[in-house]
Amino acid sequence: MHRFVIRAAVAATAALALGQAGVHAALAAGSPEKGKTAFIMHGCFQCHGTVGQGSVVTSRGKVLYDTQLPIEAFIGFVRGTNRAMPAYSEKILSDADLTDIYAYLESLPKPADYKTIPLLNQQ
Amino acid sequence: MARRRSGHDLQPNVSRRRFLTGAAVAGAAATGGAPASALAATPPDPAAAQRLPSAARPSAMVAAAEVGTPRALPAGAKDGAAGSDFMVDVIKSLDIKYLPCNPASSFRALHESLINYGGNTSPEFLTCTHEEAAVAMCHGYFKIAGKPLMTVVHGTVGLQHATMALYNAWCDRVPVIVLGGTDLDAAHRPPGVPTTHSAVDINALVRDFTKWDDQPTSLQHFAQSVVRAYRFAMTPPYEPVAIAVDAELQESTIREEGETLTIPRYIASSPPAGDANAVREAARLLANAERPVIVADRAARTADGMKLLVELAELLQAPVVDQGGRMNFPNTHHLRRPAAVIAQADVVLGLELTDFWATVNSQIDNGDNDGHGIQETRVKPGTKLISINSVELHTKSNYQDFQRFQVVDVGMAADAEATLPALIEAVRSAIPNDRKAAIEKRGEASRKAKEEARARTLQLAAIGWDATPISTARLCMEIWPHIKDLDWSMVGSERQMSSWPSRLWTMDKHYSHIGGPGGYGVGYNSPAAVGAALANRDLGRFSLNLQTDGDMMYVPGVLWTAARHKIPMLTVMHNNRGYHQETMHVQRMSNRRNRVAYLGKDLGPLGTRIENPDIDYAKLAASMGWWSAGPITDPKDIGPTIKKAVEVVKAGEPALVDTITQPR
Repeated sequence: MHRFVIRAAVAATAALALGQAGVHAALAAGSPEKGKTAFIMHGCFQCHGTVGQGSVVTSRGKVLYDTQLPIEAFIGFVRGTNRAMPAYSEKILSDADLTDIYAYLESLPKPADYKTIPLLNQQ
Repeated sequence: MARRRSGHDLQPNVSRRRFLTGAAVAGAAATGGAPASALAATPPDPAAAQRLPSAARPSAMVAAAEVGTPRALPAGAKDGAAGSDFMVDVIKSLDIKYLPCNPASSFRALHESLINYGGNTSPEFLTCTHEEAAVAMCHGYFKIAGKPLMTVVHGTVGLQHATMALYNAWCDRVPVIVLGGTDLDAAHRPPGVPTTHSAVDINALVRDFTKWDDQPTSLQHFAQSVVRAYRFAMTPPYEPVAIAVDAELQESTIREEGETLTIPRYIASSPPAGDANAVREAARLLANAERPVIVADRAARTADGMKLLVELAELLQAPVVDQGGRMNFPNTHHLRRPAAVIAQADVVLGLELTDFWATVNSQIDNGDNDGHGIQETRVKPGTKLISINSVELHTKSNYQDFQRFQVVDVGMAADAEATLPALIEAVRSAIPNDRKAAIEKRGEASRKAKEEARARTLQLAAIGWDATPISTARLCMEIWPHIKDLDWSMVGSERQMSSWPSRLWTMDKHYSHIGGPGGYGVGYNSPAAVGAALANRDLGRFSLNLQTDGDMMYVPGVLWTAARHKIPMLTVMHNNRGYHQETMHVQRMSNRRNRVAYLGKDLGPLGTRIENPDIDYAKLAASMGWWSAGPITDPKDIGPTIKKAVEVVKAGEPALVDTITQPR
């Protein structure tokens, strides 16, 4: 966990140095469609679900639909992880694939407020 | 071993005479299913007698016997009755209601006695298509009924089929009574298959994960051993037991000279309770703790167990972590909390924990630490640990289900439920007056945290609400409105569905769920669910089974058993088309070795997926007599289909709905 925080902080600092324009350029370069395919084919969905909903069992409840991370931090996390998730090297999952996956995750719509879903408001 | 008569004795006259006696008994019993001992003999069929082969010319005595009328059996006597009839009397004395069983020649005599002499009641023979299913049905039944079932298996091949299910029962602390047919007399048993299916010691196969076993050599020995085995199995820690039943013993007749057979009376042993001094010390630690936490796994053996645990938790206003081996604590209670609270504890009370080490430590399987992974404590230094666990009274060496060793400050080799009344009283006496206000405050904090956690859980359930494959949270909440007003019982395991049912549904009865397999042997869930549904049927409850696809395919024949014996239950398939746990393991190893996992044409590492072709579970169920629907891919279609299925189940039939789901 500590290692992840450090990596994420370093990556976030780098993103700030690049400026928002750099982040948006990287995001624009990614394809949500290709990212969805990569997310499935590289097995991300097995633990995180096809829409990044996560699971208390397989992702310790981690939700991906809104990562709150700049792309550099996102890639940094996947390479090093929080030590619980298996790390993906560039040989297994390229930066290009990760950029697409990032674009896919960023394209996911925000979930509805549970209070608006009748089935989640039963006693 | 049953005494064989010598070759000299095996003359046609003697054999014939025994047959006639046996035929009279069987024929009489078949007329009404009443005990042979209470019936008069009926004349044999002369034509049938003529068809029998004869090794030698019959003597005058034999000829007379063949055409004559055998004497009537005296009322109330066992003289001349089949040995297996007496075995049935023994079994009946234990009030065992059902006998899930796959038929086999090594217990043909006992089988015949069960259905003819015993009238096929208590126990009722339930036809199973695999011994693994039969044992798992016994397993699931016990967790609802609180009473064990018996099964009979072929002593070698049948017991081999049964072993995984027996290991699950062992690990899950569930009593199952297993009889195994065998033919011990190597000089006289038939050659070929009966000899192949015999062994000197059939129970050696399961001795490492049964509590006790025996191989009786006389009918009286059988009676004592079966009652003894039942008593051992039913004294905590509950465990399976195995009794070998010699074919000769089954097929022999009780000697006319007057062997007096008696059936020992079964008197239950009281469960072992904790030592008074240890209970006092545990109470002192709990009463003076700032942040005590109770962790329960198989603590509540009965409905009373849950009440006692609630009483103790409220007395201390201590959060309770329910690890789910049994339904220990209502999920609606403000003190029911997630495992994260253990990190804040200064005293942890563990009740019948499978794994105390993993309760207070964590292991991350990431290859660090020379491949051992990261191993870290979850608790603060100085946290006091108290354990009450009956398993310490009976463990074995080979199989490692006793888990890693954890040092505790107070250990009680005792049954948790039996110890709770004394512990509650001791805690009540030990709480200092000046701590009562602080304890109340603890409860308020827990109530607030519980409400906040509920809102977070509901919001998590909303993510992927309309996704396909269907989210497991959505699936659960589509089912809920159709069962919530029924007296329902979840008879399958929920862990593979991210535990959404216990996070979203109201579970406040001791039968709201029945826990998992114990040994994590895949193939447990579908037959155990049928066994539990059988028990629920007799109690008038509605049974719901959330069923994974991989588990279903181990013993799918149990679907037929449910239909054949009219066991109503709703099975909803959590069909993620894979052995998902293994998918993740192979992915993890591929990453660790910096290799791309080979998928072939599948959506997961080769060998871990159940697709191409996809299995149609609705058709599978329909072929075995179930009402079925699916596969459903659109979450909007689930609710209306479940509604129809629930009506089918309420009418007394089993129903299956196949849904294509997210992995977890």
